[in-house]
Amino acid sequence: MSNPYWIAKRTSELLRIATAGSVDDGKSTLIGRLLHDTKSIFEDQMEHVVQTSERRGDGYVNLALLTDGLRAEREQGITIDVAYRYFATPRRKFIVADTPGHEQYTRNMVTGASTADVSIVLVDARKGVSEQTRRHAYIASLLRIPHLVVCVNKMDLVNYDENVFYEILEQMTDWMARLQVPDITFIPISALNGDNVVDRSDRMQWYGAAPLLYHLEHVVIAPDRNLQDIRFPVQWVIRPMSDEHHDYRGYGGQVAGGVLTPGAEVVVLPNGRSTTIAAIDTFSGVLDSAFPTMSVALRLADEIDISRGDMIVSPEDQPVASRELDAMLCWMSEEPLSPRSKYTIKHTTRSARAIVEQIEYKVDINTLEHEPAGQLGLNEIGRIQLRCSTPLILDPYARNRSTGSFILIDESTNDTVAAGMVLNAR
Amino acid sequence: MTRNHYELSHLETLEAESIHIFREVAAELERPVLLFSGGKDSIILLRLAEKAFRPGGFPFPIMHVDTGHNFPEVIEFRDRIAAELGERLIVAHVQDSIDAGRVTEETGPRASRNRLQTTTLLDAIEEHGFDAAFGGARRDEERARAKERVFSFRDDFGQWDPKNQRPELWSLYNGKIRKGEHVRVFPISNWTELDVWQYIATEQLEVPSIYFSHEREVFARDGMLYAHNEFMELIEGEAPFSESVRYRTVGDMTCTGAVRSTATTLEAVVAEIAATRVTERGETRADDRVTEAAMEDRKREGYF
Repeated sequence: MSNPYWIAKRTSELLRIATAGSVDDGKSTLIGRLLHDTKSIFEDQMEHVVQTSERRGDGYVNLALLTDGLRAEREQGITIDVAYRYFATPRRKFIVADTPGHEQYTRNMVTGASTADVSIVLVDARKGVSEQTRRHAYIASLLRIPHLVVCVNKMDLVNYDENVFYEILEQMTDWMARLQVPDITFIPISALNGDNVVDRSDRMQWYGAAPLLYHLEHVVIAPDRNLQDIRFPVQWVIRPMSDEHHDYRGYGGQVAGGVLTPGAEVVVLPNGRSTTIAAIDTFSGVLDSAFPTMSVALRLADEIDISRGDMIVSPEDQPVASRELDAMLCWMSEEPLSPRSKYTIKHTTRSARAIVEQIEYKVDINTLEHEPAGQLGLNEIGRIQLRCSTPLILDPYARNRSTGSFILIDESTNDTVAAGMVLNAR
Repeated sequence: MTRNHYELSHLETLEAESIHIFREVAAELERPVLLFSGGKDSIILLRLAEKAFRPGGFPFPIMHVDTGHNFPEVIEFRDRIAAELGERLIVAHVQDSIDAGRVTEETGPRASRNRLQTTTLLDAIEEHGFDAAFGGARRDEERARAKERVFSFRDDFGQWDPKNQRPELWSLYNGKIRKGEHVRVFPISNWTELDVWQYIATEQLEVPSIYFSHEREVFARDGMLYAHNEFMELIEGEAPFSESVRYRTVGDMTCTGAVRSTATTLEAVVAEIAATRVTERGETRADDRVTEAAMEDRKREGYF
C-alpha cells in the first residue's frame, strides 16, 4: 500500500491543534479517523488496535485505542494525560495535543492549548451544547487560540438533520459572543462514519462549506504572530573565547515578536540602553532577517552588559518592566493557592520569586460569572495580583503569547503549579 | 523559501524549538550530558547542539552507553564524529557493570544486554553527577513516549512516573530538581521519523553506513532479520543467508533487525520511509516486543 500523503514537501507548514473532550463525545474516534484517513496509522499500530478491540469485546475496530498509551489507561479504560499525535498531508504537518476529560481536564487542556493554533471542540448532536463544550470554548478563548472549530459530531444519530446543526450553531454563537475568539467555524460531522472529516459528506448536501481536514489545511495562521514589536528574550550568551573567535559575543534566543534586521535600532531591557543589531548569526550563516519563532544569535553594535533574562526590544511600543502585575491564573495543583503564598515565577528566560498579593475573583466556567474567592483550587481559574522580587519585562498576553505568559513553581516540591496570562503590569 | 511572508517550514519550526530547548537546559541546569547512540536521532541532536552553541563549544560532554554488542560501523562512526566535533566523548561500558557484579549477563540464544544498559546509564549519571541528559526519543515512536514530556523528571532512583508529570506550558520548561534527581530532555520530541530523514537530507548529515543498503549475512527470527554475529546463538532451524538489507534503527546487534532494502542514497531512504506501512520500532526492535507495555516498563526503570 503506497502512501501519497507521506511524501510531504520539505516546505510544508506546521499546524498545532488542541482537542479536548470526554470518552463519550467521540473525540478519540475523530482523531483516530483523521489519522486513519490521512494514512498516518501504520500496519502494526492498526493490528494492535484490532487485537485489543477483539480482546475487550468492543465489537468494532475501536479507533479510540490508538490514543491510549499507558498501562494504567488500558487497564482502567481512561486517558490520563496529554498525548501528542502526528499526521501530515502534502500541504501541512499537524501536531495534535489530545487531552482527556476527567477531573484533571482543565489543567491538561490549558497545557495542550498553550501552544495551539487551532482548537477543535466537539459537540454531541444529540445532546447539544453541554457544560463541557462551554468549558472547552472558554479555555480556548482564555489561552487565545486564534482559531476555533466546533465539530457537531454524531450527525448520523440525528439523521443528518440540518435543523439540529443550525440550532447548535445558534446556541453556541450566542454564548461565544461573550468570549474573544477571532475565528469560529462550525462543521457537521460523523467521526464514526467519516462524514465531513476528510471527504465531503454526500449525506449533508445542505452543508456548503469544506470538511474538517480541508479547513485545517487552509486556515491562515501566519498573521497570528506579532510581527510589529521586536521581542527577543536573551537565553544564552555565546562567548567562545577561543583563539579563532576571541572577541565574539552573540546573544542566543528565540524571536518572540517582530522582524529583526541588521542595522535596526533596538533597546535592551531592563537597563534601557540603545544600540543597533550588527548581525543575525546562525550556524548556517548570517541572515538578513529573523522573525518568530526562529532561534538565532544576535551581535550588537555596542558593548553592553547583557545576560540571560534581559530582553532586546524595539524602541517603539516597548514592554513594561515591572515587579507588579495583574494576571489570569489557572491553578494546577492539588494544594490550593492561598493569598500571600510565595512561588518561583518563570517568565520568558527570567525567573524570580513571586508572592500572590490578592485573588480578585474566580471564574465560574459554566456561567462566566465572577465569584469572590479566598483560594484557588485544582483546575480553577481566577484573576490575581502578583508581586515579584525583581522586575519582569511584560506584555499583555493578548498582545504576545510568549512575553505575556508565565508559570509558577512550588518552591518545596518543585512542581509546576500554575499557568498565568498577563493582563497588565501595574 | 517563502521569506517574504515571514513563514517557516515545518522543519524550520521544529529546528527552532529544539535549539531553544538545548539553550534552556544549558542555562538552567548545572551538569548536562548528551546521550549519543550513533543512531540517526542522536546524530540530529549533535547538529542541533552545533546550531545552539557554535561558534562556542558544547556546554556538556557526549556520552555513549556501549553494550559491547554494537555494530563496528557505528562505533567507528561515533569515535570519528566526536573527534571531528572536537567535543568530549565519555563511553560507559555495560561490560564494566557486568564485571563489577552490578548486573548479570543473560544467557541463551535470546540473551540481550538491552535491559542491562539501564544500570550502566544510571550509574554513569550518578558517577559524573549529571543533572540533565539529552536523549533523541520522539513521541511518534511508541505509545508510552507519546505521553512523555520534553523535560522528563526522574527521581533519585532514575524512575519515570507517567502519572505524575509536570504540566508543560508554552515554551516555559521547569528544570528544577533536588540533588540526586535528574531530568531527561528530549529536544526532538515533536519530530517524526520522516522529519528526521528529511532533515538529514537537508543538512547533508553523515550517518553510519548500516542505514544504507548493503549485503549482509542474516538469519530470520520472529519475523525479523538479524545480523549473523558472534553474540547471538542460532536456534535449531535457523540458517544464515546473504541478503541486501539496511537498518531503520540502530540499537545493538542482539535486538535490532534489518529490513530488506535496495536504498543506497539518502533520497532513496526518504522515499522508502515515505512509503512504509510499519513503524520503525514495530519492524526492527525486538526490545519492544517483550510485552504490550515493554517500553513503558523500561522507561519507568530509567531506560533511555
